[in-house]
Amino acid sequence: MSDDHSHPDLKHHVPLSERAKRAIAIHRLLVAKGIIGPAEVESVIDQVRTRSPADGAKVVARAWTDPAYKGRLLSDSRSAVLELGYRLSRDADLAVVENTAGVHHLVVCTLCSCYPTALLGPPPDWYKSFAYRQRAVVEPRAVLREFGTELDECARVRVVDSTADLRYLVLPRRPGGTDGMSEVELAGLVTRDSMVGVGEAKTP
Amino acid sequence: MGISAEAGHGLRVGDVVVVRNATPAHHHRTPWFVKGKTGRIASISGPFLDPESRAHGGDGLPKRRLCAVEFRQVDLWGEGYRENNRDSLLTDIYEHWLERLGQ
Repeated sequence: MSDDHSHPDLKHHVPLSERAKRAIAIHRLLVAKGIIGPAEVESVIDQVRTRSPADGAKVVARAWTDPAYKGRLLSDSRSAVLELGYRLSRDADLAVVENTAGVHHLVVCTLCSCYPTALLGPPPDWYKSFAYRQRAVVEPRAVLREFGTELDECARVRVVDSTADLRYLVLPRRPGGTDGMSEVELAGLVTRDSMVGVGEAKTP
Repeated sequence: MGISAEAGHGLRVGDVVVVRNATPAHHHRTPWFVKGKTGRIASISGPFLDPESRAHGGDGLPKRRLCAVEFRQVDLWGEGYRENNRDSLLTDIYEHWLERLGQ
């Protein structure tokens, strides 16, 4: 990439922060060395930004209404989400964990901020905070209460710390009183927090 | 998820394993609070390129299988865990960090 190349989003009269200069320098090096293509970073960012919790909600609603799909989602998550048109990044795989009356999953990444962006979009700031990353593993029930989630006494908590190549999505419990609802209506009950495990799906 | 029943060096789902209590100077993805702790392999995925090599310009080979290991919270935090004795924590540990208990 030559020096006179102007990045479409960066006007040269705007002073850049040191961090921004560093990011641009690293980007130029990666492109110059042929490790990534010139537009690859932008296309990945665009892809993440086009995803939102509404996408994960569609996957959950399908699993709630189609037991065979749910089985595939739990056993081969990558193929199951591909069926609905969602592509995962080439680097990270996906695992789906199911909340039941007996076990409640809560997802955290203590090492950084790994998150199923392919289905939920960018993570919320609290997910990346030191406070959440530290407390979710040491006192998950206290964290859940702060999110307004009171668990049944009989439910055990299973914290999932996604440290490596798997991104975790929680399949929340289907709320009661939803028997006649369509898949689209059900998807409206599935919140981001319920798919991270800090909350539960809304009741109609 | 690509779960397979057998890990590269013979680890299997259901095995009780100890996480190596090591602190290499290079980048690694094993959280400090599970080092030296005992857990059980819940599932195995991968193999994936080894981030300990990739983080330092290496080719990531050999690929490593990734074991989802479940620990009892009271085993991780001892008396510091005051919530519920049945609670657990599941985290992904590359196979070369694990030793089967009793070997």
